[in-house]
Amino acid sequence: MSAPLLELRRLSVAYGGLTALREIDLSLQTGETLGLVGESGSGKTTLALAVMGYLPPEGRVTGGEIRLAGRDLAAATRAELRAIWGIELALVPQDPFTSLNPALKIGAQLAEGLRLHRGLTRAEAQARAIESLREVRLPDAERLAAAYPHQLSGGQQQRVLLALALSARPRLLVLDEPTTALDVTTEATVLDLVRDLLAETGAAALYVSHNLGVVAGRTQRTAVLYASELVEDAPTAELFQRPLHPYTRGLLDSLPRPGQRRAAQPLAGMAGRIPPLNDLPPGCVFAPRCPLANEQCHAERPPLEEAQPGHRVRCHRWPEILAGTADPAQPLTATAPALARAAEPLLQLEDVTVAYPLRRTLAEVLAGQPRPAVQAVAGVDLQLGKGRTLGIVGESGSGKTSLARAIVGLAPHSGGEIHLLDLALPPDVQQRARPLLAQLQMVFQNPEEALNPYLTIGESLSRPLVNLLGLRGPALAARINELLEAVRLPAEYAARRPGQLSGGEKQRVAIARAFAARPELLVADEPVSALDVSVQASILNLLHRLQDEQGAATIFISHDIAVVAYLADDVAVMYLGRLMQTGPAAALFKPPHHPYTEALLAAIPGGGAAGVRLAGEIPSALHPPSGCPFHTRCPHSLGELCETETPPWQATANGKQIFCHIPPADLLALQPRPEARP
Amino acid sequence: MFAYLLRRLGFLLLTVVLTSLLVFLIAQVLPGDVCRVILGREAGAARLAECRADLGLDEPAAVRYLTWLADFLRGDWGESYATGEPIREWVLGRVRMSIMLAGVAFVVAVPLAVGLGALAGLLHGKWPDTLISIGSLAVVGLPEFVTAIVLIQFAAFRFPWLPASSAIPVGTPFREALPALILPALTATLVLLAYIARLTRAGVVEELRQNYVRTAELKSLPRWAVLLRHVLPNALLPTITVIAISTGWLVSGLVVIENVFNYPGLGRLLVFAIDRRDLPTLQAIVMVTVVAFALANLAADLLYAALNPRIRVGE
Repeated sequence: MSAPLLELRRLSVAYGGLTALREIDLSLQTGETLGLVGESGSGKTTLALAVMGYLPPEGRVTGGEIRLAGRDLAAATRAELRAIWGIELALVPQDPFTSLNPALKIGAQLAEGLRLHRGLTRAEAQARAIESLREVRLPDAERLAAAYPHQLSGGQQQRVLLALALSARPRLLVLDEPTTALDVTTEATVLDLVRDLLAETGAAALYVSHNLGVVAGRTQRTAVLYASELVEDAPTAELFQRPLHPYTRGLLDSLPRPGQRRAAQPLAGMAGRIPPLNDLPPGCVFAPRCPLANEQCHAERPPLEEAQPGHRVRCHRWPEILAGTADPAQPLTATAPALARAAEPLLQLEDVTVAYPLRRTLAEVLAGQPRPAVQAVAGVDLQLGKGRTLGIVGESGSGKTSLARAIVGLAPHSGGEIHLLDLALPPDVQQRARPLLAQLQMVFQNPEEALNPYLTIGESLSRPLVNLLGLRGPALAARINELLEAVRLPAEYAARRPGQLSGGEKQRVAIARAFAARPELLVADEPVSALDVSVQASILNLLHRLQDEQGAATIFISHDIAVVAYLADDVAVMYLGRLMQTGPAAALFKPPHHPYTEALLAAIPGGGAAGVRLAGEIPSALHPPSGCPFHTRCPHSLGELCETETPPWQATANGKQIFCHIPPADLLALQPRPEARP
Repeated sequence: MFAYLLRRLGFLLLTVVLTSLLVFLIAQVLPGDVCRVILGREAGAARLAECRADLGLDEPAAVRYLTWLADFLRGDWGESYATGEPIREWVLGRVRMSIMLAGVAFVVAVPLAVGLGALAGLLHGKWPDTLISIGSLAVVGLPEFVTAIVLIQFAAFRFPWLPASSAIPVGTPFREALPALILPALTATLVLLAYIARLTRAGVVEELRQNYVRTAELKSLPRWAVLLRHVLPNALLPTITVIAISTGWLVSGLVVIENVFNYPGLGRLLVFAIDRRDLPTLQAIVMVTVVAFALANLAADLLYAALNPRIRVGE
């Protein structure tokens, strides 16, 4: 084996006195792609920035070396780094929306480096910039070069950043969560592009992600970071098949696999949380959460050992795990079997429309034109039975959040009717009576913003109890304790404020608050998408358990089709404010699908690179396409029929309803059967 | 962009009309009687009534407002109650003097403030930043009459070529007026400087944290290119609005400064007009000020739009 392109030797990084990375040993060969996986707080972004030589001012390399082609970057000066940045070493950042200068044209941002380093003239640099936009498969490159970042979609901006990083043909590309901010179908196309471009340019890549699925099909090796430590490093396929570290195993078990259902195979959530950097355990950093931890683990830091050729692990008990005499899987918390319920209807939506009015210009007002509006939700019909779980899947702009807000009355519906039992719901939450408010509760996406930072947890929980149920005194205190216990938080949390809680704990409080008034229906809008993978599973299990105990029906909204399929009884797929498909979750992965559902399924990271990819962007909701709203991106479009005629609802043999012109039998022939999974 | 400009101009017109009404109303409810001031305390009731009729003060307020507005728009600003001079020439001559003073202050203050602010922002947390921040805070806390008197004490008595009093004739050409302008302009500069510098510093510190700065630095751009091409254009956006608003502030600041230095600008005239209950002059001064303020704001909005593609170019 030749000398590695990148070699980290016992690299340690600290912020002030806090250790963010501890003695990391890692190497990367020329042309190799290495995945670096970890949750927030694991130090993975610190590692990426350290490799770039771009640690924030308070960050410092406290030991070890970072060798790029033999040169030590840890000791390099800013001037030396400047000779490498963008030329040998380039970064594709996490957040495309803020990583381009809003005041400069795309072409100028691509060209300025070229003019400076290569001495190109303005015209030459501009031509080269346009060429590099073509290389990342951006259509209409000339027009994009003359556009400003805000005129581009997130996927386009991320391609521009990719073009920027690749324009000087670097030998090493550091990708820091390059697709985390993007929609799932966009993510899939960008990931494919990255893979192709790496193959074309021969660049090595360090691929940082919190998502194991993203790393799965696209890297040769994967390293796992946890709380500043490198805990495992192995060829990717082997890591997924036979993880030796209990943390890696826990991560893998936290993600619902496509087709996994909660009743048959519940997710094993990981207990506890990542230790904060100022309070790392003395022994193995994972010991407090590890099902196999013994005294040695708590006392002694395990060494990084080569368990198999090319497979390194930092665990005292790997020999037993390898031999199969110890099981590193997290114990399953027993969940009561779901009760068979009568499908008595609870919620009925008929032709529900949510429109957001826009401003008119003075001329339009004078001409008496009607007020234009964006239809966020257009004519949705849905039913939900008592105690059932309905999952709604869609990308940003699909109208799924607007629909949720219409149901709870935060975004009044402008057309159609919403019935709870036999009662027609007034559109505006202000017009709904208090007993009605108690029946409908919502859990929001971002727990950081959903809790008032000035109220203690107990005060936050008491609001619905006092206002909606009229509890006072000891009964109130008792119910607060009960709620905290139900979401597995200690009773003393009642006196704490949100700032003292982790993201997962805050979401538990938000869930407790939603269940406080004993609602008939809980609407959860992306309740786990802001959370770490290991926390996500335990929140999903919590929602599921509470729902069973309290008998509440749930509408669960997510962009993650695997999570929805895991939790829901029925699944509805939305696109541009309309339903595309409804049907039982059990049949979701079995064709025939609506073509959009097919694309969503194909975009599941780690679900294999095969399958359809969607071209283009989601059209503007202001001017939705005629005919079938999906026809502009549909891989199976029939042409004129789809462009002009609204599709019919067709029933499939496995119980789905599909909003499509293509007969289900034809779709079945077009779509691949899912691979059998272990 | 054209529609945007048209809308802004419409708003400007509305602002001016509304303030003209407000100015007129305030002038009406102001205590004191012009004729009493003109004729003196011993004047009899008959003389007073005659005087009021002469000046049209016995008409209903609405009629007087419309007459005044129509005359004002035609360029007939009337004659001063106090001196009988034609107000238009009088006020516009003073406007020119004030513009000279404010112009010098602006030309010195704005580049200096932006430069210092950018330097402080770039080196934030280091000693030059501390020095600039504390220095500007100290200056911002001083009222301009204190700064002015201190300047007169220190500068004018040490350097004889710097006049302590700036009482030059109205209409003095710029070149000849320059020595008399230095101290008042310096006073105005110091106060403007601190405010704009602090704002620029905050803007630069904020923008330096943005991800696009990292993108630019990782392109291997030299520090100056990152600062000039990427950071400053974005950091100055909020500053531009404040500079425009400080034009309005400058007008009120000039009232004090011009009086301390005896400089014959609009501010001194304003004090004179109030003192003599010279309502037509007062109204003319306020109208001129309001128009100047509105134009400065319009200029700021246009400049803001020009620097900010998110406003200039739609989605």
